[in-house]
Amino acid sequence: MKITIGAINDKPGSSKNYKTGSWRTLKPVINLEKCKKCWLCKQLCPEGCITKKEEGPQINYDYCKGCGICAHECTFDAIIMELEER
Amino acid sequence: MTEEKELFACGHRACAGCSEPIAVRMILEEAGPNTIGTICTGCLEVVSTGWPETAWEIPLIHAAFENSASVASGVEVALRQLGRDDTHVIAFAGDGGTFDIGLQALSGMLERGHKILYVCLDNEAYMNTGIQRCSSTPLGTSTTTSPAGTYSIGEDRQKKPIGAICAAHCIPYTATATIAYPQDLKKKVRKALAVNGPSFLHVLVPCPTGWRFSSEETVELARLAVETGIFVLWELEGGNLQNIKVTKKPKTWRPVEDYLKQQGRYKHLFKPKKRQDVIEKIQQDVDQKLIELGITKET
Repeated sequence: MKITIGAINDKPGSSKNYKTGSWRTLKPVINLEKCKKCWLCKQLCPEGCITKKEEGPQINYDYCKGCGICAHECTFDAIIMELEER
Repeated sequence: MTEEKELFACGHRACAGCSEPIAVRMILEEAGPNTIGTICTGCLEVVSTGWPETAWEIPLIHAAFENSASVASGVEVALRQLGRDDTHVIAFAGDGGTFDIGLQALSGMLERGHKILYVCLDNEAYMNTGIQRCSSTPLGTSTTTSPAGTYSIGEDRQKKPIGAICAAHCIPYTATATIAYPQDLKKKVRKALAVNGPSFLHVLVPCPTGWRFSSEETVELARLAVETGIFVLWELEGGNLQNIKVTKKPKTWRPVEDYLKQQGRYKHLFKPKKRQDVIEKIQQDVDQKLIELGITKET
């Protein structure tokens, strides 16, 4: 691997190349009927892998580590953690 | 629906349930893309900047353990010389890089009056090297270098009052915040970036690995720390500690036991024998601190 001068990394956000989703043992699943779109889950997700969509929050499972914060903090119990099956 | 660009990207290697990325995302959301960051050795650096990748979408300089503040000072002076007054400079550091190793550089930065926001992400020990105690570790905490045992209650010293130390430099803005209160944290970042001079933000970031709790309880622990009075959210303009404004007062203050018993690092206070004396000491310290802050406790 070529090291740049001063070890300058010129690829911002390149950590996206690494898919942390494989760390997961539990998988959050959103029940959009219960969701009130308060976006608390988006705010409190350590991975920043929950995005705002018209129909509600959407989780990017490529990066979700399955920590469970979104399900634990959801005021409306709209997120449940399921056992990950691969 | 428009999607704002995340300035701290997915794919970083923080433990599941780590609260540092949550804090950083909130801070960067408020600061915006016109920001230059500096970072010193610590969890945040290890998880976000593994060569050849980086999770940061803002220009970031990685400094040595002690000098996040010094490097930020240089960046700030250079920006001022270039006439770019609208660019924010934020120095990130962990508790080790602030309380212990970087205190001298931080003090210098505050004294010289650079327009920098210094953010201390405090997880109360050296977590990425294996949970060694540091001067931000609270009394009664079991770490790998202050282990609890028959003759030891764990850490036997108080946490260093870093907020008061920084405020004593008579800087324009000092505040504490935590991830459980996003609006409070963001408001403080906004205020800190608006002042003309140095500001210090002390953010409590619960650590599932080092505090030994389940990963989903991160935000709950941060909230408990505030509701029990272990970590008081306040802000201060200027150097007079009498002017401290407490920004979050829970309706009822919970006993510290509620906070302690949720964490494996305090397990020795409950099993095999309940150490009521230590728990009471921690409670007394909290009560004393609240009285000093002028808070009357109603239960």
